Amino acid sequence: MSLPGQLSVLFPLASGLGASSPLAAVLPASDSALERLPLTLRGLLTGWLPASWQWLANSLIAIVVLIVAFASLFALLTLAERKILGRVQNRPGPNRAPLPFLNLRTYGLAQPVADGVKMLTKEDIVPDGADRVLHFLAPIALLAFSILTLAVIPYGRLLVALDLDASVLFFFAAGAATELAVFMAGWASRNKYSLLAAMRALAQLISYELPLLLSVVPVVLMAGSLSTSVIVERQGEWWLGFLPRWYVFTPWGLAGFLVFFVASLAESNRSPFDLPEAESELIAGHLTEYSGFKYALFFMAEYFGMCALCGMAVTLFLGGWQAPLPFLSFIPSYLWFAGKLLALLGVFMWIRASFPRLRIDQLTRLAWKFLVPLALINLGTTAFWSLTADWAGLLQPLRWLIAAGLIAGPFLLLGRNLSKGLGPRTYRYAA
Amino acid sequence: MLGTGLLQGLAVTAKNLVGSFHDPERYVTMEYPEVKTKLPENYRNFPFLVHDDPKDPLGSLRCVACTICETECPPQCIYIVMDRDEKGKALKRPKVFDIDISVCMSCQICVEVCPFDAIKMDQHYEIAETNRFQGLLLSREQLSKSNAYYHQLHPTEAAAVDALLAEQKAKQAAAKAAKAAPAAKPPAPAAPAANPPPPPAPSAEAPKPPTPPAP
Repeated sequence: MSLPGQLSVLFPLASGLGASSPLAAVLPASDSALERLPLTLRGLLTGWLPASWQWLANSLIAIVVLIVAFASLFALLTLAERKILGRVQNRPGPNRAPLPFLNLRTYGLAQPVADGVKMLTKEDIVPDGADRVLHFLAPIALLAFSILTLAVIPYGRLLVALDLDASVLFFFAAGAATELAVFMAGWASRNKYSLLAAMRALAQLISYELPLLLSVVPVVLMAGSLSTSVIVERQGEWWLGFLPRWYVFTPWGLAGFLVFFVASLAESNRSPFDLPEAESELIAGHLTEYSGFKYALFFMAEYFGMCALCGMAVTLFLGGWQAPLPFLSFIPSYLWFAGKLLALLGVFMWIRASFPRLRIDQLTRLAWKFLVPLALINLGTTAFWSLTADWAGLLQPLRWLIAAGLIAGPFLLLGRNLSKGLGPRTYRYAA
Repeated sequence: MLGTGLLQGLAVTAKNLVGSFHDPERYVTMEYPEVKTKLPENYRNFPFLVHDDPKDPLGSLRCVACTICETECPPQCIYIVMDRDEKGKALKRPKVFDIDISVCMSCQICVEVCPFDAIKMDQHYEIAETNRFQGLLLSREQLSKSNAYYHQLHPTEAAAVDALLAEQKAKQAAAKAAKAAPAAKPPAPAAPAANPPPPPAPSAEAPKPPTPPAP
């Protein structure tokens, strides 16, 4: 693999690589035409423009492609989620909506269209006395911040809309701003329950922001960079020539990935942490006073956020767009990324189908008493891992053993502490 | 250890997810309008009238418009008018037989009191109508269903009813023959073939055999 060659030329794509001559310099000759396809297409579209205009055109194309791709992914995900939930509960899920004008049932493939039409034709209700401006702005702000987070994820080799030096920082800054929009929605609704739910949501989101960030720090530490592209490149080597060196395959990476995964479940308001919109207890939380298109926007933002967090997990821990085995590198990098992203989204749905919702005290306890200490200890483990990078020979297994112990010991102790007094429940009256 | 319970839970849902694709034991959903459940034989909802001749559904109704069911019906959803000829003589068939199934409570009392096995319980449950009152008021024409249809719904019950009716018919024929025999006494010795029926005839003197003789 000619990866070291690439490391030196990680220039931002947005700064105008559209023309064919710089492209050829950046992409290694071994890359297939399929691998180059997105960039070639973009070159065809914008190559005729003067160089000073190309970056603008390229950015616009990136924005349009991202929004279109993730909007259609959103539509498919809603369907896939309902199908998977259905199958887990031994029922077929939505399978009736016919294709428009054709009256053809394609296993419910037209369900997103039907849902969209339903959402768009609903009345848009704004409560009397609500802050109309904020009520209107909240879904837009939420969606905008969610889309911003999508910009810095590398979707393939050299396929990143915005290649910043501190893109990890950018990602989490934009992601944290969605919390503002949630509170905006709750406050602007002029509804006590919305406001209460929004405050609870804030408590949850801020609690989980901490383990989310702490679990990322080790990756930044080991990669030595805040740039997502560099982090992915660093995971592109092989152990013994064939084992991928993704960060998830190290003790600290595995622990970091698990903490990141749990925290991202909570950050994206997904079950079992979907308290912000707990239908059974808070009507629909901060979404109570929203209907029609605004409600759809909230859902779109939730799915965008989910996709962004999954994409970030793939980028940070699962090797980004790298192939898992060297001989599989002929498959284009963006397909590998898509596959990993979809697999992770599938796990999100699987978890949603499996676990009941947590209580608010259980939720915050999990964050503060378990995830945060674990992430902090993981940081120390990573420091150990980083300091012992030159251990070789027999010391190598020792290094693995120590690191694994540094993860497993606290996990067991913290876990025991977390579930203390919560032993198997005995039911006196129920069978 | 923390997390083992979570993994167990995930395994359960994964088993269901995979199992629903290949295991009919797990995947029990019937997609209703296309696939319908096989109803149990004793399922019932609303009454219908049995006719014997599919070519003449209204003429061959077993109902004789005796209005026993009308009087017995607890929610009073049956309305019967006897058919009469121009002289006012009863024709022993209904001119009007309406059942308001929006009122009917499916109690089956009409079926139990009917001495002629003329009314039975249907199993048709897709009764949604677009108009609220007329659509659920079933007339004689709508209620009349063939005996074969009855056999299809309740095979064992229908077989028993058929056997009973055949027996009654035989008895009736025997009674008629017995009645005819004394009238034609002189040729009786010449026709010994008619002899076997008479012995039971005296006991069944009454000319209305379907109902059991009142004590």
